[in-house]
Parts: sequence; C-alpha cells; structure tokens
Amino acid sequence: MTKVTMTINGKPRSGDAEGRTLLSSFLRDELGLTGTHVGCDTSQCGACVVHVNGKAVKSCTMFAAEADGAEVDTIEGQANADGSLNVIQQAFQDYHGLQCGFCTPGMVMSAAALLKENPIPSEAEIRHYLEGNICRCTGYHNIVRAILAASGQDVPAVAAE
Amino acid sequence: MNNFEFVKPSTVEEASAALQSEGAQALGGGQTLLPTMKQRLASPETLVSLTGVEGMVGVSASDGTVTVGGTTTHAQVAAEAASAYPALAALAGQIGDPAVRNRGTIGGSLANNDPAACYPSAALGSGASISTNKRNIAADDYFQGMFETALEEDEIITSVSFPVPEAASYQKFLQPASRFALTGVFVAKFPGGVRVAVTGASNNGVFRWTEAEEALSKEFRADALMDLRINHLNMISDLHGSQEYRAHLVGVMTRRAVESAS
Repeated sequence: MTKVTMTINGKPRSGDAEGRTLLSSFLRDELGLTGTHVGCDTSQCGACVVHVNGKAVKSCTMFAAEADGAEVDTIEGQANADGSLNVIQQAFQDYHGLQCGFCTPGMVMSAAALLKENPIPSEAEIRHYLEGNICRCTGYHNIVRAILAASGQDVPAVAAE
Repeated sequence: MNNFEFVKPSTVEEASAALQSEGAQALGGGQTLLPTMKQRLASPETLVSLTGVEGMVGVSASDGTVTVGGTTTHAQVAAEAASAYPALAALAGQIGDPAVRNRGTIGGSLANNDPAACYPSAALGSGASISTNKRNIAADDYFQGMFETALEEDEIITSVSFPVPEAASYQKFLQPASRFALTGVFVAKFPGGVRVAVTGASNNGVFRWTEAEEALSKEFRADALMDLRINHLNMISDLHGSQEYRAHLVGVMTRRAVESAS
C-alpha cells in the first residue's frame, strides 16, 4: 500500500492504494465517491469517465497511483455551488436524457469535456464524441438533444438514423 | 488483476534500470495493458510508468520531419500535428474514443504492435525512425510480426520521427466494437516513391504492400491498382471477417487512400 493524494472536485483527498488499485476503485471504495460507475470490465462502456487534469479519461483504465498529485473532477463536483443541477445535468433532466441512469455520470462528464473543447458542437460531433459512452436505454437521441440544449442551441426533433 | 509494484521514474535512465528487474514491464497510457492485465493475460511483477519521464512529450516539426515524443497521447498528436502532418494527425484522431485518446500514447502503441493498431501503419508507411534510449531503429527493421518488435527488454521508445510526405492518407475500415482497424491502409507519396502500409489484415502484423507501391510509384492514381490482387493466405480470419474479405479490403482501402491523399 502507498498513500495517494489528489485534488478531487477542488478539495485535497488522500487514501491508500495498491499498485493495482484502479482510479475508479479508489474513488468508489476508498473515498466513497460512488457517483462514478463501473459498467464493464473491458474499458468499453464509459460509465466511469472522470476528468484528470481537465481531460476525460476512463477511471477504470488508469491506476490510482498514476493520478497521484492530479486534479480530478467527478460527477459529484458537477452541480452548481448552491447544489442545483448544472446546465448539462439540467438538460439531461429536461430532455429525458436518461432512463435507468447508470451510464449518466459518464455521459455528463464526457459532455462536459466535449463542450469545453467545442462549445457549439453539431449533432454529428456530439454523436462522434460519445463513441466511448454506451447507453442501453435511450437509443442516444435524447442524450444528444440534451447536449445540444446544454450548449444553448435549438433542439430539433432528432430523426432516427 | 494480480498485484505488482508500481514505480514512476522521472528519467529515462531510471526507467531503463527499473525495467531490468525480473518481471518488469513498461506502462505507457495503459489503454491496452490495463484491459490485458484485468484478464490476467499479462501479470507484471513491476510496472514502470513512463508518463512521469521528462522530455518525452510533445510534437515538433522541422526540416520536413515531424517528431513525436514517446509518451505523447493520441489526442495531442491529433491536435499538434494537424498542420505539419495532417494524415498522421487524422490517424491519431481516429484511434479508440476520446477518453482513450487522452491516455493512450504513441510509444505504447508501437511497443505493443497490435496487428490491428493504427500507428504501426503510419510509422511503416512514412518510413519513420523509432528512437529509443539506446539507438534509432528504422521502421522497416522495427516491426517483426504480431506483437513482436525489435525492442529489447529494457529499451524505451523516447520519440518517433516521421518524414513528411508530399501527400498521404490513412483509410481505416473500423471494427466498431473494438474501434481497432478491421483493415487500415496508410499511403504516403514521397519524391522518391510511394509507400503503402497495411494494418489489421495480416497474421504477421503491419506490412508493406510492395506491388501496390511499385504501381503507385509509376502512376499515383487509384486506377493503377485495379489489376492488383493481394494473396489472402496469410491474412487474419476471425468472426469479423474472412481472409478473403480482408484481402479484398486491402485493395479497397488502398484505392480510397490514394483518392483522398493530400
């Protein structure tokens, strides 16, 4: 075991990690931040996406020790200071961008990363950026609509492909 | 996964020394190695992280060469090589998904040499030089078969230098579940001739399609390839595609690469 320290959602946090401890396990099991979900064991589903030093990464595919000293942002830090939902979260609610909600933490974190890089993405750019986030409920249409809304754009009825 | 000792050196010398211990393995971005370790297909005793090694990150361009540091992520190459070598940047921007591109590194991809990885085709297709802590290795000597390279156990890719061609294109036929190339072809037109490198297709990993290179060096048009067929006997056959299908794709993707080369 070694001690690992990182700044999570703006606050310094530390805990014990083995070499093999994944960042997702460290967040969930060591620090109790269970908003980050683990939906697969193969690095494919994207439910565990967090930001490390401002970049979206799969926290199940990074060792906690690799994030020692890093700035980490998780879904728990996304709400506004007064506790209300941020613009992306609110848009997911308004546009029914979730059903079971399991993939939602990763979807919101990926959407946040996208809008930071590209504040006014097209529908195609949104779909392309979400390649690594799997949702088994919504068929994605309402997630795409929510992100269009969160970026301040008009939200057309999205036709099935 | 099985436990291991995690070390994160800050210099190439320390990293190389750490790799000399029994059961040690280098860790780049981990986007292949971690899933492999979760399945216990790899169980290193010591994992030597290279992401803290100084001087191995970034893209630079000078005198017709683009040099990429060994721990540079795919996302960085996609952004920083876009003007100096657009085909290379475009290839990097098609690897995996955005989160994978933020972690995965060029050195990790080339050291692993997955037979369906994208970067080996860019390195071989460009005639790149792979620099390690010990020597420079020409791409033609570096790739030695599926998951096999010229690297020694304690050798670390510090940078990769790509001669920038007059025109180039990478065309990837996506395997949408894995996001690897079902077949991908990198075509690069240099003043001295054309290079064509194929990934995802062969049991021997990335290879040069020399017959296509000869035809395209005489005439750089997709039509120049119309009579060429590549032998399917050493191609990969799996549930995603037969040998014959992959052989066919090599021709199709090469022609598309020639048509889109810029």
